[in-house]
Amino acid sequence: MSKTTNDRKPAEQESAASAEATELEAASQLSTAPTEDRAPTLPKLGVIGWVRWFWRQLTSMRVALILLFLLSLGAIPGSLIPQTGTDPLKVEDFEKAHTTLSPIYEKLGLFHVYSSVWFSAIYILLFVSLIGCIVPRTWQFVGQLRGRAPAAPKRLTRLPAYATWRTEAAPDDVRAAALTILKKRRYRSHVAGDAVAAEKGYLREAGNLIFHIALIVMLIAFAWGQLFKSEGGKLIVEGDGGFSNTLSMYDDFKSGSLFDTDTDLAPFSFQLDKFVGTYERNGPNKGTPRTYRADVTYSEGTDGKDKKTSIEVNKPLEIDGTKVYLNGHGYAPTVTVRDGKGKIVSRQSVALLPMDSNVTSSGAIKVMDGYRDKNGKKEQLGFNAFFVPTFAGSGKGDMFSQFPALDFPVLALSAYHGSLGVDSGIPQNVYQLDTSKMKKFKDSKGELLKKRLLPGETMKLPNGAGSITFEKDVKEWASFQITHQPGDGWALTGAVAAIFGLAGSLFIQRRRVWVRAVRGADGVTVVEMAGLGRSESAKLPEELGHLVDQLHTEAPSAPETPDSSTAVPAAEGAEK
Amino acid sequence: MTLAAAANENLAHTSNVLIYSSMAVYLLAFFANMAEWIFGSRSKVGRTAAALTGKAGAAAAAGAAPAVTVQQKNGGTAVLERPQVVTRAAAGARDVPDGPGASGGDEQGDLYGRIAISLTALGFLVELVGVVTRALSVERAPWGNMYEFNITFSTVAVGVYLALLALKKNVRWLGLPLVTTVLLDLGLAVTVLYTASDQLVPALHSYWLYIHVSTAIFCGAVFYVGAVGTILYLFKDSYENKLASGGKPGRFATSVMERLPASQSLDKFSYRVNAAVFPLWTFTIIAGAIWAGDAWGRYWGWDPKETWSFITWVAYAAYLHARATAGWKGRKAAYLALIAFACWIFNYYGVNIFVTGKHSYAGV
Ligand code: HEM
Repeated sequence: MSKTTNDRKPAEQESAASAEATELEAASQLSTAPTEDRAPTLPKLGVIGWVRWFWRQLTSMRVALILLFLLSLGAIPGSLIPQTGTDPLKVEDFEKAHTTLSPIYEKLGLFHVYSSVWFSAIYILLFVSLIGCIVPRTWQFVGQLRGRAPAAPKRLTRLPAYATWRTEAAPDDVRAAALTILKKRRYRSHVAGDAVAAEKGYLREAGNLIFHIALIVMLIAFAWGQLFKSEGGKLIVEGDGGFSNTLSMYDDFKSGSLFDTDTDLAPFSFQLDKFVGTYERNGPNKGTPRTYRADVTYSEGTDGKDKKTSIEVNKPLEIDGTKVYLNGHGYAPTVTVRDGKGKIVSRQSVALLPMDSNVTSSGAIKVMDGYRDKNGKKEQLGFNAFFVPTFAGSGKGDMFSQFPALDFPVLALSAYHGSLGVDSGIPQNVYQLDTSKMKKFKDSKGELLKKRLLPGETMKLPNGAGSITFEKDVKEWASFQITHQPGDGWALTGAVAAIFGLAGSLFIQRRRVWVRAVRGADGVTVVEMAGLGRSESAKLPEELGHLVDQLHTEAPSAPETPDSSTAVPAAEGAEK
Repeated sequence: MTLAAAANENLAHTSNVLIYSSMAVYLLAFFANMAEWIFGSRSKVGRTAAALTGKAGAAAAAGAAPAVTVQQKNGGTAVLERPQVVTRAAAGARDVPDGPGASGGDEQGDLYGRIAISLTALGFLVELVGVVTRALSVERAPWGNMYEFNITFSTVAVGVYLALLALKKNVRWLGLPLVTTVLLDLGLAVTVLYTASDQLVPALHSYWLYIHVSTAIFCGAVFYVGAVGTILYLFKDSYENKLASGGKPGRFATSVMERLPASQSLDKFSYRVNAAVFPLWTFTIIAGAIWAGDAWGRYWGWDPKETWSFITWVAYAAYLHARATAGWKGRKAAYLALIAFACWIFNYYGVNIFVTGKHSYAGV
C-alpha cells in the first residue's frame, strides 16, 4: 500500500485508473441517473435501430439538459413581444407600428408564444423525455430497494473517506458491533464476506423521482384545467336582481373545448348588497384605492339558504369549485324619467363605465318602452350620460372627476328621442347610444338639449315632453369574474409534492459505508472503514468520523507496538 | 395632516438617515477589506502551484480527531487517539488545497479582516433598523417598490454572509465582493430608485404577498452569494488550469488567486448554495401563482414577471442537471449558473423597468 495518496508518480497512475474503476463500480448505484455514452455512435440498423437510437438520445441527461435550456430560451420572446393571450390591444398597436415585422412574427407564432407549435414541441419533447427517464429509473430504484448495498470494494483506501486502526477484538465481533451501530443509525446493512456493507439516504432518489413525477402531474393538471375551464364576467348594480350561474346570465363567457355549458356550470346565485371603496385622501398617491370590498348575499345549489359574505380583490368567493372574483367597479346613478303628464315611465340605476382612475364615467340611459309623447304616440328615449363622482366646481374645468369617491357627484345628460334601434336584431352595446334613428331634443336656441345635474335636480324636456331626474341615491356597481378551473387541486398537490421531493433530492445524501475487519499476520485485527457519497457531500467524512468513534469504543485500538504503525495509513493524513 | 401621518413622516426620515449611515459603515468595511487584501499580498504562498506541479504532495485534509476515553478492563482509563478519517478528492479530480484567505496569514491583514467583518456586521444592523423603520413608516412590509426592494435585498445578502460566517463556514473571501456590490446596490437605491413612502394598491394586500416577496428577496440574495462563488470559481479554475499546463500567471493574479479557496471548494460552495435555495425558489414561484390566483383569477398567465421567474427556475434546473451530467460538470455548469442568475437580475431590474405587466408596482 502506498503511503501518500496524492503524490501521483507515473507508476501510480495506472493503479489510480484501476482504482477509479473500482470506485465507479461501488458508486454505480448511488443514483439512478443514466450514465452517458460518451460518444454517441450512429446506428446502422435500419428503422428500428434508428428509433431506438433516437429514444436513447431523447431520454439521455444531455438532451434533457438541452431541452431545459431551450425551454427557458423559448419563453423569452413571449415576455418581450405583446401577446394576444394577455393583451390583444397591445398586439394590435404593435401590428400597426411594425408593418414589415408583424407578418413574420405572426408566422412564427410570436404573438402567442406559449401556445405556438415550436414552444409546445419543446415542452412536449421534454415531457416525453421525462417519462422515458422516470419509468426505467423507477424500476431501477425499486430493484435497489429490494437489493442490498454492494459488497465492499477491494481497496477501501481509495474511497473519499477512510479510517483504519488495529484492535484486539475478534473480526467477527467487530463486524457484529459495526452492524449494530449502523443499523441503529438506520443504515440498511448486512455482512458480505469479511466486511459490513451499509447504505443510507434512499430518500434522495425517492425524492428525485417524486419531484419529476410531480412535474408530470402538474402539466396534466394544467392541461386538464385548460380543457375544462369556464370563465365569464358579470356586472351587478347594488341591490339589483343579482346573478345565478347559468349561461344566459353572463355578460361574456368563454370555456375550454371540453366544457359542457349545460351541465358543468355549478348551480348558485348571488347578489351585490353594497360596494365599499376607500381611497387615499392625501399625499402623492391621492386617489389610489385602498380597499375594494363587495358585500354580497349568496346561496348554494338551486335553492340554498342565503348567506352573507364579502368579496375582496384578493379574496374570491368560492362556491362548489367555482370562484367569484371582484375585478372592477363603477357608479350607477339612479334616474327617474317622467312623461308629459308627470307619470313615472322608468326608474333605473344605470351602470356607467369608468374612463379614468378618478372614475369619470360615461354611458347611455335608455327608455325602451312605456313612454308616450304628448300626442300619445309610443316612442323611445335615449340619453347620453356623463358622470363624475367629484366635480371640480362650476367654472373650474370640464366634466372630469377630481377624485374617485362620491364627494361632489354631477351627472351631465343630453337627450334624444325616436327609435333606439334595439329591435333591429344587431346586439347593442348597452353603454352606447345609437342615435342614427333618433332626433335631438332641442333647447331654446335650437341646440341639443344638455344639462349638468346635481343630485335631486331635474332636466325638463322641451314642449312638455316630460323630464328626467337625477336621484339622490347614486349606486355603485361591481363587476365579477366567475371562473371554474378544475385541476387546481391536482396542480397544487403536484406543486407541494414537487417541493418536498426536491428538498429530499437536494438535501439528503445517499451514501455507503463499509467496515472491513480481518485478522492480520500478527494476530491483531485490522479494522478499515470507508465511506462513499456523491462528490458534493461534505458531511461524509464527518459522519464516518462519528461511526469510527462509536465502533472504536467497542473495539479500541490495540496498544502500539513499534512495528504496528506501518499498518496505519491514517497517520499520513494527519499533516494538517 | 393627521398626527399619525406626521409620525410616519418622521419614521421615514429616520429610515433614510439610517440607510445613509449604513452606507458610510459599509464604506469603512470596504476599506478594511481592501486593507486586508493589501497586507495579505506581502505573504508568500505557493500552495496551488506546489500541489499542481507536484513538488510537495500536500496530503488531503484529515478529520478532527478528538481523544476517545476508553474504560479498561483493569478499571483504569486510558485516553486513546481516535483513528483519523482521511479524505481524498474524488478520482480524477484536481486535489488542490484551499488558499489561506485574503490576509494570507499576515497578522496585520488578518486584523483588518476582522475589523472588516465587525464593520460589516455593524453596517448590517444599522441597515436592518433602517429597513424596519421604513416598514413601520408605511405600516406594511418594506417591499412595495424597487427602492424598498433594494435595501431589503442587500440587507438579506449581508445577513446570509454573516450567518455563514457565524456557522464557521470558510467564506471570508466573500467579504470584499459582497460589500462592494452592496454599496453599489444601495447607491442605486438612494439615487435612482428612491420613492417616498406610500401604501399599496389593494391587489398587493395579501399575506401571500408577504410570503412570496420575502422568499423571493431571500432567494435572490442567496443566489447572488452563489453567483459570486461561481465567478471566483471560474477565475480560480483558469488560474489552476494555467498552472497545470505549465503557464505562469502574472504577479497580481497569483497574489490574489493563491489566497482564494481551491476551485473545487468554490465550485462546491456555489453548488451547495444554489441547490439549497432552489426548492425555496420553487416555492416562491408557487406562492406567487397562488397569490395571482387570488388577485387576478388565474394562477398563471405568462405575465412578464411570471415568465421570467419561470425562465430563471428552468435555468437553475438546467444548472442542477448539468452538475449531474458527464461532460457538463465544471465550467459549463458554472456558465449555466451565471446565466440563471442573470435571468434573476433581469427579472428584477429589467422587467420592472423595461416591460410593463400586471406586476408594475406603485412607482418603479
Ligand atoms: C421537466 C423538466 C425537468 C426539470 C424541471 C427537472 C429538474 C430537475 C432538478 C431540479 C434536479 C435536481 C435534483 C438533484 O440534483 O438531485 C433534477 C435531477 C435529475 N433529473 Fe431532472 N428535470 C427535468 C427533466 C428531466 C428529464 C427529462 C430527465 C431524464 C432524462 C431528468 C433526469 C434527472 C436525473 C437523472 C436527475 C438526478 C441527477 C442526480 O442524481 O444528481 N430530468 N431534475
